[in-house]
Amino acid sequence: MHAFAERFSTNSASAELRRAKDILGEDNDVSDVMWGSNAGFGSLARGIPRFVVPAVQDPSAFLRMHTDDHADPSCRIKIKHGTTTLAFRFKGGVIVAVDSRATAGSYVASGTVKKVIEINPYLLGTMAGGAADCQYWETYLGIQCRLHELRNRERISVAAASKFLSNLVSNYKGMGLSMVKGTMICGWDKTGPAIFYVDSDGTRLKGDLFSVGSGSTFAYGVLDQGYRWDLTDEEAQELGRRSIYAAGHRDAFSGNTINLYHVKEDGWRFIGNYDVSEMHYNGPGGTGGYGYDVRVEGRTSANPPEEVPATEA
Amino acid sequence: MSIMQMNGGSVIAMVGKDCVAIASDLRLGNQSLGISSKFEKIFPMTDRVYVGLPGLATDVTTLHQQFRYRLNMYTIKEEREIEPETFAHLVSSTLYEKRFGPYFIEPVIAGLQKTPSGDLKPYIAATDLIGCLNFAKDFVVAGTASDKLFGVAEGLWEPDLEPEDLFETIAQTLLNAVDRDAYSGWGAVVYVLTKDKVIKRELKGRMD
Repeated sequence: MHAFAERFSTNSASAELRRAKDILGEDNDVSDVMWGSNAGFGSLARGIPRFVVPAVQDPSAFLRMHTDDHADPSCRIKIKHGTTTLAFRFKGGVIVAVDSRATAGSYVASGTVKKVIEINPYLLGTMAGGAADCQYWETYLGIQCRLHELRNRERISVAAASKFLSNLVSNYKGMGLSMVKGTMICGWDKTGPAIFYVDSDGTRLKGDLFSVGSGSTFAYGVLDQGYRWDLTDEEAQELGRRSIYAAGHRDAFSGNTINLYHVKEDGWRFIGNYDVSEMHYNGPGGTGGYGYDVRVEGRTSANPPEEVPATEA
Repeated sequence: MSIMQMNGGSVIAMVGKDCVAIASDLRLGNQSLGISSKFEKIFPMTDRVYVGLPGLATDVTTLHQQFRYRLNMYTIKEEREIEPETFAHLVSSTLYEKRFGPYFIEPVIAGLQKTPSGDLKPYIAATDLIGCLNFAKDFVVAGTASDKLFGVAEGLWEPDLEPEDLFETIAQTLLNAVDRDAYSGWGAVVYVLTKDKVIKRELKGRMD
Protein backbone atom coordinates (compact mmCIF):
# COMPACT_ATOMS: atom_id res chain seq x y z
CA MET A 1 0.00 0.00 0.00
CA HIS A 2 1.39 3.36 -0.88
CA ALA A 3 1.78 6.65 0.89
CA PHE A 4 -1.37 8.22 -0.53
CA ALA A 5 -3.77 5.38 0.27
CA GLU A 6 -2.13 4.88 3.66
CA ARG A 7 -3.05 8.40 4.74
CA PHE A 8 -6.76 7.51 4.58
CA SER A 9 -6.66 3.93 5.76
CA THR A 10 -8.34 3.13 9.08
CA ASN A 11 -6.91 -0.28 9.91
CA SER A 12 -3.21 -0.15 9.01
CA ALA A 13 -0.34 0.10 11.46
CA SER A 14 0.22 3.72 10.54
CA ALA A 15 -3.44 4.50 11.22
CA GLU A 16 -3.03 2.98 14.65
CA LEU A 17 0.02 5.15 15.25
CA ARG A 18 -1.94 8.19 14.06
CA ARG A 19 -4.70 7.52 16.57
CA ALA A 20 -2.16 7.05 19.35
CA LYS A 21 -0.53 10.33 18.44
CA ASP A 22 -3.92 12.07 18.43
CA ILE A 23 -4.58 10.84 21.97
CA LEU A 24 -1.16 11.90 23.22
CA GLY A 25 -1.39 15.20 21.35
CA GLU A 26 1.96 14.50 19.75
CA ASP A 27 2.25 16.03 16.33
CA ASN A 28 5.92 16.72 15.76
CA ASP A 29 6.39 14.07 13.08
CA VAL A 30 10.15 13.71 12.82
CA SER A 31 11.23 12.33 9.48
CA ASP A 32 14.02 9.75 9.40
CA VAL A 33 15.95 12.18 7.24
CA MET A 34 16.32 14.37 10.31
CA TRP A 35 18.50 11.65 11.79
CA GLY A 36 20.72 11.87 8.75
CA SER A 37 19.65 8.44 7.55
CA ASN A 38 16.85 6.36 6.21
CA ALA A 39 18.13 3.32 8.06
CA GLY A 40 20.34 2.46 5.10
CA PHE A 41 17.42 2.12 2.71
CA GLY A 42 17.94 5.41 0.87
CA SER A 43 14.70 6.50 -0.72
CA LEU A 44 13.33 2.95 -0.49
CA ALA A 45 12.30 3.28 3.16
CA ARG A 46 8.99 5.02 2.52
CA GLY A 47 6.83 3.51 -0.22
CA ILE A 48 7.46 4.61 -3.79
CA PRO A 49 10.91 6.15 -4.27
CA ARG A 50 11.08 9.75 -5.34
CA PHE A 51 13.95 11.41 -7.14
CA VAL A 52 15.15 14.98 -7.31
CA VAL A 53 15.28 16.15 -10.92
CA PRO A 54 17.80 18.77 -12.15
CA ALA A 55 16.26 22.26 -12.30
CA VAL A 56 16.59 22.79 -16.04
CA GLN A 57 14.14 23.08 -18.95
CA ASP A 58 14.42 19.48 -20.12
CA PRO A 59 15.92 17.23 -17.42
CA SER A 60 16.20 14.09 -19.57
CA ALA A 61 17.97 15.93 -22.41
CA PHE A 62 20.30 17.44 -19.82
CA LEU A 63 21.12 14.00 -18.41
CA ARG A 64 21.62 12.50 -21.86
CA MET A 65 23.93 15.35 -22.89
CA HIS A 66 26.31 14.53 -20.06
CA THR A 67 26.07 10.75 -19.78
CA ASP A 68 25.25 9.14 -23.14
CA ASP A 69 28.56 7.88 -24.46
CA HIS A 70 26.88 6.22 -27.45
CA ALA A 71 25.79 9.57 -28.89
CA ASP A 72 28.97 11.33 -27.80
CA PRO A 73 32.02 9.24 -26.83
CA SER A 74 33.73 12.29 -25.37
CA CYS A 75 30.94 13.01 -22.90
CA ARG A 76 32.08 13.92 -19.41
CA ILE A 77 30.43 11.15 -17.42
CA LYS A 78 30.71 7.64 -18.73
CA ILE A 79 28.22 5.32 -17.09
CA LYS A 80 29.52 1.83 -16.49
CA HIS A 81 27.97 -0.69 -18.85
CA GLY A 82 27.30 -4.32 -18.16
CA THR A 83 27.60 -6.67 -21.13
CA THR A 84 26.85 -10.33 -21.89
CA THR A 85 24.05 -12.14 -20.08
CA LEU A 86 21.94 -15.19 -20.96
CA ALA A 87 19.19 -17.32 -19.51
CA PHE A 88 17.37 -20.36 -20.83
CA ARG A 89 14.62 -22.67 -19.70
CA PHE A 90 14.91 -26.45 -20.00
CA LYS A 91 13.63 -29.69 -18.48
CA GLY A 92 15.76 -29.27 -15.35
CA GLY A 93 14.90 -25.63 -14.60
CA VAL A 94 16.55 -22.36 -15.64
CA ILE A 95 20.22 -21.68 -16.36
CA VAL A 96 21.45 -18.14 -15.85
CA ALA A 97 24.98 -17.23 -16.97
CA VAL A 98 26.68 -13.85 -17.19
CA ASP A 99 30.14 -12.34 -17.68
CA SER A 100 31.72 -9.94 -15.17
CA ARG A 101 33.30 -7.11 -17.18
CA ALA A 102 32.30 -3.45 -16.80
CA THR A 103 33.71 -0.95 -19.27
CA ALA A 104 33.62 2.85 -19.38
CA GLY A 105 34.56 3.69 -22.97
CA SER A 106 37.51 1.42 -23.81
CA TYR A 107 38.63 1.27 -20.17
CA VAL A 108 37.96 -2.01 -18.36
CA ALA A 109 36.62 -0.48 -15.17
CA SER A 110 36.06 -3.81 -13.40
CA GLY A 111 36.43 -7.52 -14.05
CA THR A 112 34.55 -8.68 -10.96
CA VAL A 113 31.03 -7.30 -11.38
CA LYS A 114 28.12 -9.38 -10.05
CA LYS A 115 25.67 -9.17 -12.94
CA VAL A 116 23.23 -11.66 -11.45
CA ILE A 117 21.08 -9.97 -8.84
CA GLU A 118 19.71 -12.32 -6.22
CA ILE A 119 16.22 -10.87 -5.70
CA ASN A 120 15.11 -13.62 -3.31
CA PRO A 121 15.79 -17.38 -2.98
CA TYR A 122 13.53 -18.13 -5.95
CA LEU A 123 14.14 -15.12 -8.21
CA LEU A 124 17.19 -13.94 -10.12
CA GLY A 125 17.62 -10.82 -12.22
CA THR A 126 20.38 -10.17 -14.75
CA MET A 127 22.17 -6.91 -15.38
CA ALA A 128 22.98 -5.40 -18.79
CA GLY A 129 23.13 -1.68 -19.45
CA GLY A 130 23.32 0.79 -16.59
CA ALA A 131 24.63 -1.11 -13.57
CA ALA A 132 23.22 1.31 -11.02
CA ASP A 133 19.71 1.32 -12.53
CA CYS A 134 19.51 -2.50 -12.60
CA GLN A 135 20.91 -2.88 -9.10
CA TYR A 136 18.64 -0.27 -7.56
CA TRP A 137 15.36 -1.31 -9.19
CA GLU A 138 15.89 -5.02 -8.74
CA THR A 139 16.68 -4.50 -5.05
CA TYR A 140 13.47 -2.49 -4.84
CA LEU A 141 11.68 -5.33 -6.64
CA GLY A 142 13.05 -7.69 -3.95
CA ILE A 143 11.45 -5.55 -1.23
CA GLN A 144 8.12 -5.51 -3.03
CA CYS A 145 8.26 -9.28 -3.61
CA ARG A 146 8.76 -9.86 0.11
CA LEU A 147 5.83 -7.57 0.93
CA HIS A 148 3.69 -9.49 -1.57
CA GLU A 149 4.67 -12.70 0.23
CA LEU A 150 3.70 -11.28 3.64
CA ARG A 151 0.41 -9.84 2.41
CA ASN A 152 -0.75 -12.86 0.40
CA ARG A 153 0.94 -15.72 2.28
CA GLU A 154 2.19 -16.95 -1.09
CA ARG A 155 5.32 -16.42 -3.14
CA ILE A 156 5.01 -13.96 -6.01
CA SER A 157 4.94 -15.50 -9.50
CA VAL A 158 7.74 -14.70 -11.94
CA ALA A 159 5.12 -13.15 -14.25
CA ALA A 160 3.87 -10.82 -11.50
CA ALA A 161 7.36 -9.86 -10.33
CA SER A 162 8.52 -9.05 -13.85
CA LYS A 163 5.34 -7.07 -14.57
CA PHE A 164 5.87 -5.11 -11.37
CA LEU A 165 9.38 -4.18 -12.55
CA SER A 166 8.15 -3.44 -16.06
CA ASN A 167 5.44 -1.09 -14.75
CA LEU A 168 7.94 0.59 -12.44
CA VAL A 169 10.54 1.37 -15.08
CA SER A 170 7.87 2.34 -17.65
CA ASN A 171 7.06 5.27 -15.38
CA TYR A 172 10.49 6.63 -16.23
CA LYS A 173 10.23 6.07 -20.00
CA GLY A 174 12.20 8.70 -21.89
CA MET A 175 13.90 9.99 -18.74
CA GLY A 176 17.21 8.29 -19.52
CA LEU A 177 16.94 5.21 -17.31
CA SER A 178 19.56 2.98 -18.86
CA MET A 179 18.10 -0.48 -18.51
CA VAL A 180 17.49 -0.16 -22.27
CA LYS A 181 19.57 -3.24 -22.97
CA GLY A 182 17.18 -5.22 -20.82
CA THR A 183 17.12 -7.48 -17.83
CA MET A 184 15.92 -11.05 -17.46
CA ILE A 185 13.79 -11.99 -14.46
CA CYS A 186 14.22 -15.72 -13.91
CA GLY A 187 12.71 -18.03 -11.34
CA TRP A 188 10.55 -20.96 -10.40
CA ASP A 189 6.92 -20.53 -9.33
CA LYS A 190 3.89 -22.82 -9.24
CA THR A 191 3.76 -22.79 -13.06
CA GLY A 192 7.34 -24.15 -13.15
CA PRO A 193 10.49 -22.51 -14.50
CA ALA A 194 9.97 -19.09 -16.12
CA ILE A 195 11.96 -16.31 -17.78
CA PHE A 196 10.78 -12.80 -18.60
CA TYR A 197 12.75 -10.20 -20.52
CA VAL A 198 12.10 -6.64 -19.31
CA ASP A 199 13.59 -3.37 -20.52
CA SER A 200 13.12 0.32 -19.79
CA ASP A 201 11.22 1.02 -23.03
CA GLY A 202 8.46 -1.08 -21.48
CA THR A 203 9.04 -4.30 -23.42
CA ARG A 204 8.18 -7.43 -21.43
CA LEU A 205 8.54 -10.80 -23.12
CA LYS A 206 8.03 -14.35 -21.93
CA GLY A 207 10.34 -16.90 -23.51
CA ASP A 208 12.51 -20.01 -23.26
CA LEU A 209 15.83 -18.46 -24.24
CA PHE A 210 17.27 -14.97 -24.11
CA SER A 211 20.67 -13.38 -24.38
CA VAL A 212 21.24 -9.67 -23.79
CA GLY A 213 24.15 -7.28 -24.24
CA SER A 214 26.91 -6.44 -26.72
CA GLY A 215 28.16 -10.05 -26.70
CA SER A 216 24.67 -11.54 -27.07
CA THR A 217 25.11 -12.43 -30.77
CA PHE A 218 28.14 -14.59 -29.93
CA ALA A 219 26.31 -16.25 -27.04
CA TYR A 220 23.22 -16.91 -29.20
CA GLY A 221 25.43 -18.62 -31.79
CA VAL A 222 26.58 -21.25 -29.31
CA LEU A 223 23.28 -21.39 -27.42
CA ASP A 224 21.03 -21.96 -30.46
CA GLN A 225 23.34 -24.64 -31.75
CA GLY A 226 23.44 -26.61 -28.51
CA TYR A 227 19.96 -26.03 -27.10
CA ARG A 228 17.43 -28.82 -26.52
CA TRP A 229 14.56 -29.00 -24.02
CA ASP A 230 15.74 -32.34 -22.58
CA LEU A 231 19.29 -31.25 -21.73
CA THR A 232 20.63 -32.86 -18.54
CA ASP A 233 21.61 -30.50 -15.70
CA GLU A 234 25.32 -30.94 -16.47
CA GLU A 235 24.82 -30.42 -20.23
CA ALA A 236 22.76 -27.30 -19.61
CA GLN A 237 25.32 -25.79 -17.25
CA GLU A 238 28.10 -26.52 -19.75
CA LEU A 239 26.06 -24.87 -22.53
CA GLY A 240 25.57 -21.71 -20.47
CA ARG A 241 29.26 -21.58 -19.58
CA ARG A 242 30.40 -22.26 -23.15
CA SER A 243 28.06 -19.58 -24.55
CA ILE A 244 29.33 -16.85 -22.23
CA TYR A 245 32.91 -17.96 -22.97
CA ALA A 246 32.26 -17.41 -26.71
CA ALA A 247 31.03 -13.89 -25.99
CA GLY A 248 33.87 -13.16 -23.58
CA HIS A 249 36.40 -14.29 -26.15
CA ARG A 250 35.13 -12.45 -29.25
CA ASP A 251 33.54 -9.35 -27.73
CA ALA A 252 35.90 -6.64 -26.48
CA PHE A 253 33.34 -5.44 -23.94
CA SER A 254 32.67 -8.84 -22.36
CA GLY A 255 34.90 -11.23 -20.47
CA ASN A 256 37.01 -11.68 -17.33
CA THR A 257 34.87 -14.25 -15.49
CA ILE A 258 31.64 -16.25 -15.90
CA ASN A 259 29.03 -16.51 -13.16
CA LEU A 260 26.73 -19.52 -13.47
CA TYR A 261 23.40 -20.10 -11.67
CA HIS A 262 20.88 -22.91 -11.86
CA VAL A 263 17.25 -22.39 -10.74
CA LYS A 264 15.35 -25.53 -9.70
CA GLU A 265 12.09 -26.23 -7.87
CA ASP A 266 13.70 -25.46 -4.50
CA GLY A 267 15.17 -22.13 -5.59
CA TRP A 268 18.37 -20.97 -7.23
CA ARG A 269 21.84 -22.36 -6.65
CA PHE A 270 25.17 -20.69 -7.47
CA ILE A 271 27.17 -23.19 -9.55
CA GLY A 272 30.45 -21.34 -9.87
CA ASN A 273 32.71 -18.58 -11.04
CA TYR A 274 34.94 -19.41 -14.03
CA ASP A 275 37.80 -17.37 -15.51
CA VAL A 276 37.30 -16.85 -19.27
CA SER A 277 41.04 -17.19 -20.02
CA GLU A 278 41.20 -20.35 -17.91
CA MET A 279 38.28 -21.73 -19.96
CA HIS A 280 40.15 -20.80 -23.16
CA TYR A 281 43.34 -22.66 -22.29
CA ASN A 282 42.22 -25.47 -19.94
CA GLY A 283 38.42 -25.66 -19.79
CA PRO A 284 36.32 -26.27 -16.66
CA GLY A 285 38.34 -28.41 -14.23
CA GLY A 286 41.14 -28.73 -16.77
CA THR A 287 39.00 -30.95 -19.04
CA GLY A 288 40.21 -29.38 -22.31
CA GLY A 289 40.23 -25.74 -23.40
CA TYR A 290 37.38 -24.12 -25.35
CA GLY A 291 39.83 -22.06 -27.45
CA TYR A 292 39.99 -22.68 -31.20
CA ASP A 293 43.80 -22.69 -31.27
CA VAL A 294 43.86 -24.99 -28.26
CA ARG A 295 41.51 -27.49 -29.97
CA VAL A 296 43.22 -27.55 -33.39
CA GLU A 297 46.84 -27.34 -32.26
CA GLY A 298 48.97 -29.97 -33.98
CA ARG A 299 46.01 -31.36 -35.97
CA THR A 300 46.46 -29.58 -39.32
CA SER A 301 49.45 -28.37 -41.32
CA ALA A 302 48.23 -24.82 -40.80
CA ASN A 303 48.44 -25.31 -37.04
CA PRO A 304 51.68 -27.17 -36.35
CA PRO A 305 52.67 -27.86 -32.76
CA GLU A 306 54.55 -24.91 -31.34
CA GLU A 307 58.29 -25.08 -31.95
CA VAL A 308 59.21 -22.99 -28.97
CA PRO A 309 56.97 -23.57 -25.95
CA ALA A 310 55.15 -20.37 -25.00
CA THR A 311 56.79 -18.66 -22.06
CA GLU A 312 54.50 -18.05 -19.17
CA ALA A 313 55.25 -14.60 -17.86
CA MET B 1 34.39 5.93 -33.14
CA SER B 2 37.97 7.10 -33.68
CA ILE B 3 39.88 5.60 -36.60
CA MET B 4 42.89 5.15 -34.28
CA GLN B 5 40.79 2.80 -32.15
CA MET B 6 39.12 0.89 -34.97
CA ASN B 7 41.49 -2.11 -35.04
CA GLY B 8 43.02 -1.77 -31.56
CA GLY B 9 46.54 -2.77 -30.53
CA SER B 10 49.41 -1.40 -28.46
CA VAL B 11 53.22 -1.30 -28.53
CA ILE B 12 55.82 -0.51 -25.86
CA ALA B 13 59.63 -0.22 -25.92
CA MET B 14 62.04 -0.08 -22.96
CA VAL B 15 65.73 0.59 -22.41
CA GLY B 16 67.89 -1.77 -20.33
CA LYS B 17 71.62 -2.16 -19.62
CA ASP B 18 73.23 -2.56 -23.07
CA CYS B 19 69.91 -3.93 -24.37
CA VAL B 20 66.47 -2.79 -25.50
CA ALA B 21 63.09 -4.50 -25.60
CA ILE B 22 60.03 -3.89 -27.74
CA ALA B 23 56.70 -5.65 -27.25
CA SER B 24 53.17 -5.60 -28.62
CA ASP B 25 49.83 -7.36 -28.29
CA LEU B 26 48.50 -9.59 -31.09
CA ARG B 27 44.88 -8.46 -31.40
CA LEU B 28 43.27 -7.33 -34.63
CA GLY B 29 39.69 -6.24 -34.19
CA ASN B 30 36.87 -4.53 -35.98
CA GLN B 31 35.64 -2.25 -33.22
CA SER B 32 34.37 -4.57 -30.48
CA LEU B 33 34.64 -7.74 -32.58
CA GLY B 34 37.92 -9.62 -32.25
CA ILE B 35 39.11 -10.90 -35.67
CA SER B 36 42.61 -12.30 -35.22
CA SER B 37 44.97 -13.17 -32.38
CA LYS B 38 47.97 -13.53 -34.67
CA PHE B 39 48.33 -9.97 -35.98
CA GLU B 40 51.96 -8.93 -35.46
CA LYS B 41 52.70 -5.20 -35.35
CA ILE B 42 56.46 -5.34 -34.73
CA PHE B 43 58.80 -5.69 -37.71
CA PRO B 44 62.58 -6.10 -37.91
CA MET B 45 64.02 -3.40 -40.23
CA THR B 46 67.64 -4.50 -39.78
CA ASP B 47 69.28 -6.96 -37.36
CA ARG B 48 69.31 -4.29 -34.67
CA VAL B 49 66.49 -1.90 -35.60
CA TYR B 50 62.91 -2.91 -34.85
CA VAL B 51 59.75 -0.90 -35.44
CA GLY B 52 56.29 -1.30 -33.89
CA LEU B 53 53.29 0.07 -35.80
CA PRO B 54 50.11 0.28 -33.71
CA GLY B 55 47.06 1.94 -35.21
CA LEU B 56 44.90 1.40 -38.30
CA ALA B 57 45.63 -2.13 -39.60
CA THR B 58 45.61 -1.23 -43.31
CA ASP B 59 48.26 1.42 -42.61
CA VAL B 60 50.32 -1.07 -40.57
CA THR B 61 50.82 -3.08 -43.77
CA THR B 62 51.25 -0.07 -46.04
CA LEU B 63 53.76 1.70 -43.80
CA HIS B 64 55.73 -1.50 -43.24
CA GLN B 65 56.12 -1.90 -47.00
CA GLN B 66 56.92 1.79 -47.42
CA PHE B 67 59.66 1.58 -44.77
CA ARG B 68 61.11 -1.57 -46.29
CA TYR B 69 61.30 0.11 -49.69
CA ARG B 70 62.94 3.29 -48.35
CA LEU B 71 65.31 1.25 -46.24
CA ASN B 72 66.44 -0.83 -49.21
CA MET B 73 67.08 2.37 -51.20
CA TYR B 74 69.09 3.76 -48.27
CA THR B 75 71.14 0.59 -47.94
CA ILE B 76 71.96 0.51 -51.66
CA LYS B 77 72.96 4.18 -51.80
CA GLU B 78 74.93 4.22 -48.57
CA GLU B 79 76.30 0.68 -48.84
CA ARG B 80 75.73 0.15 -45.11
CA GLU B 81 72.92 -0.69 -42.73
CA ILE B 82 70.84 2.11 -41.24
CA GLU B 83 71.33 3.24 -37.64
CA PRO B 84 68.28 3.43 -35.31
CA GLU B 85 68.48 7.22 -34.99
CA THR B 86 68.65 7.68 -38.76
CA PHE B 87 65.76 5.29 -39.16
CA ALA B 88 63.72 7.30 -36.65
CA HIS B 89 64.20 10.40 -38.79
CA LEU B 90 63.25 8.41 -41.89
CA VAL B 91 60.01 7.40 -40.09
CA SER B 92 59.40 10.97 -39.05
CA SER B 93 59.79 12.46 -42.54
CA THR B 94 57.78 9.64 -44.16
CA LEU B 95 54.89 10.48 -41.84
CA TYR B 96 55.16 14.25 -42.25
CA GLU B 97 54.99 13.84 -46.04
CA LYS B 98 51.35 13.00 -45.43
CA ARG B 99 50.78 15.93 -43.06
CA PHE B 100 47.26 16.69 -44.33
CA GLY B 101 46.09 13.13 -44.86
CA PRO B 102 48.13 11.09 -42.42
CA TYR B 103 48.70 7.39 -41.91
CA PHE B 104 46.83 6.46 -38.73
CA ILE B 105 49.86 4.90 -37.05
CA GLU B 106 52.00 5.95 -34.10
CA PRO B 107 55.32 4.15 -34.68
CA VAL B 108 57.66 2.99 -31.92
CA ILE B 109 61.36 2.42 -32.77
CA ALA B 110 63.77 0.32 -30.75
CA GLY B 111 67.35 -0.49 -31.66
CA LEU B 112 71.02 -0.60 -30.77
CA GLN B 113 72.97 2.41 -32.03
CA LYS B 114 76.69 2.30 -33.01
CA THR B 115 78.73 4.86 -31.08
CA PRO B 116 81.91 6.44 -32.56
CA SER B 117 83.95 4.12 -30.31
CA GLY B 118 82.23 1.11 -31.85
CA ASP B 119 80.02 0.14 -28.90
CA LEU B 120 76.30 -0.46 -29.19
CA LYS B 121 74.05 1.94 -27.25
CA PRO B 122 70.33 1.34 -26.58
CA TYR B 123 68.04 3.62 -28.56
CA ILE B 124 64.25 4.01 -28.38
CA ALA B 125 61.90 6.58 -29.88
CA ALA B 126 58.24 7.08 -30.72
CA THR B 127 56.40 9.51 -32.98
CA ASP B 128 52.84 10.70 -33.31
CA LEU B 129 50.89 10.05 -36.49
CA ILE B 130 52.42 13.05 -38.33
CA GLY B 131 56.00 12.34 -37.31
CA CYS B 132 56.78 14.34 -34.18
CA LEU B 133 59.76 12.46 -32.71
CA ASN B 134 59.90 11.66 -29.02
CA PHE B 135 63.24 10.31 -27.77
CA ALA B 136 63.09 8.87 -24.30
CA LYS B 137 65.72 7.57 -21.91
CA ASP B 138 63.41 5.05 -20.21
CA PHE B 139 60.39 3.80 -22.18
CA VAL B 140 57.93 4.80 -24.92
CA VAL B 141 54.37 3.62 -25.48
CA ALA B 142 51.71 3.84 -28.21
CA GLY B 143 48.33 2.42 -29.15
CA THR B 144 44.88 2.09 -27.59
CA ALA B 145 46.32 1.06 -24.20
CA SER B 146 49.00 3.80 -24.17
CA ASP B 147 47.62 5.56 -21.09
CA LYS B 148 47.47 2.28 -19.17
CA LEU B 149 50.98 1.33 -20.39
CA PHE B 150 52.34 4.64 -19.10
CA GLY B 151 50.85 3.92 -15.70
CA VAL B 152 52.23 0.41 -15.32
CA ALA B 153 55.64 1.21 -16.88
CA GLU B 154 56.03 4.20 -14.58
CA GLY B 155 55.64 1.79 -11.67
CA LEU B 156 57.75 -1.15 -12.87
CA TRP B 157 60.64 0.25 -14.92
CA GLU B 158 64.03 0.89 -13.36
CA PRO B 159 67.40 1.85 -14.89
CA ASP B 160 70.09 -0.64 -16.02
CA LEU B 161 68.02 -3.83 -16.21
CA GLU B 162 69.79 -6.92 -17.52
CA PRO B 163 68.19 -8.58 -20.58
CA GLU B 164 66.24 -11.22 -18.61
CA ASP B 165 65.00 -8.67 -16.06
CA LEU B 166 64.10 -6.27 -18.86
CA PHE B 167 62.10 -9.04 -20.52
CA GLU B 168 60.18 -9.70 -17.32
CA THR B 169 59.54 -5.98 -16.81
CA ILE B 170 58.27 -5.28 -20.32
CA ALA B 171 56.22 -8.50 -20.40
CA GLN B 172 54.44 -7.76 -17.13
CA THR B 173 53.92 -4.12 -18.09
CA LEU B 174 52.30 -5.04 -21.40
CA LEU B 175 50.24 -7.95 -20.08
CA ASN B 176 48.80 -5.99 -17.17
CA ALA B 177 48.15 -2.83 -19.18
CA VAL B 178 46.28 -4.57 -22.00
CA ASP B 179 44.06 -6.39 -19.49
CA ARG B 180 42.63 -2.97 -18.63
CA ASP B 181 42.04 -2.08 -22.31
CA ALA B 182 39.07 -3.47 -24.24
CA TYR B 183 40.78 -3.03 -27.64
CA SER B 184 44.19 -4.59 -26.88
CA GLY B 185 45.29 -8.05 -25.79
CA TRP B 186 44.61 -11.52 -27.25
CA GLY B 187 48.22 -12.62 -26.77
CA ALA B 188 51.51 -10.75 -26.90
CA VAL B 189 55.02 -10.87 -28.34
CA VAL B 190 58.30 -9.55 -26.89
CA TYR B 191 61.65 -8.91 -28.60
CA VAL B 192 64.78 -8.33 -26.52
CA LEU B 193 67.77 -6.94 -28.47
CA THR B 194 71.21 -7.54 -26.99
CA LYS B 195 74.72 -7.08 -28.42
CA ASP B 196 75.00 -10.63 -29.69
CA LYS B 197 71.43 -11.86 -30.16
CA VAL B 198 67.73 -11.05 -30.52
CA ILE B 199 65.30 -13.02 -28.35
CA LYS B 200 61.69 -13.34 -29.55
CA ARG B 201 59.13 -14.75 -27.13
CA GLU B 202 55.38 -15.19 -27.56
CA LEU B 203 53.47 -14.65 -24.33
CA LYS B 204 50.40 -16.48 -23.14
CA GLY B 205 47.99 -13.64 -22.44
CA ARG B 206 44.33 -13.39 -21.47
CA MET B 207 42.02 -14.27 -24.35
CA ASP B 208 39.04 -12.03 -23.56
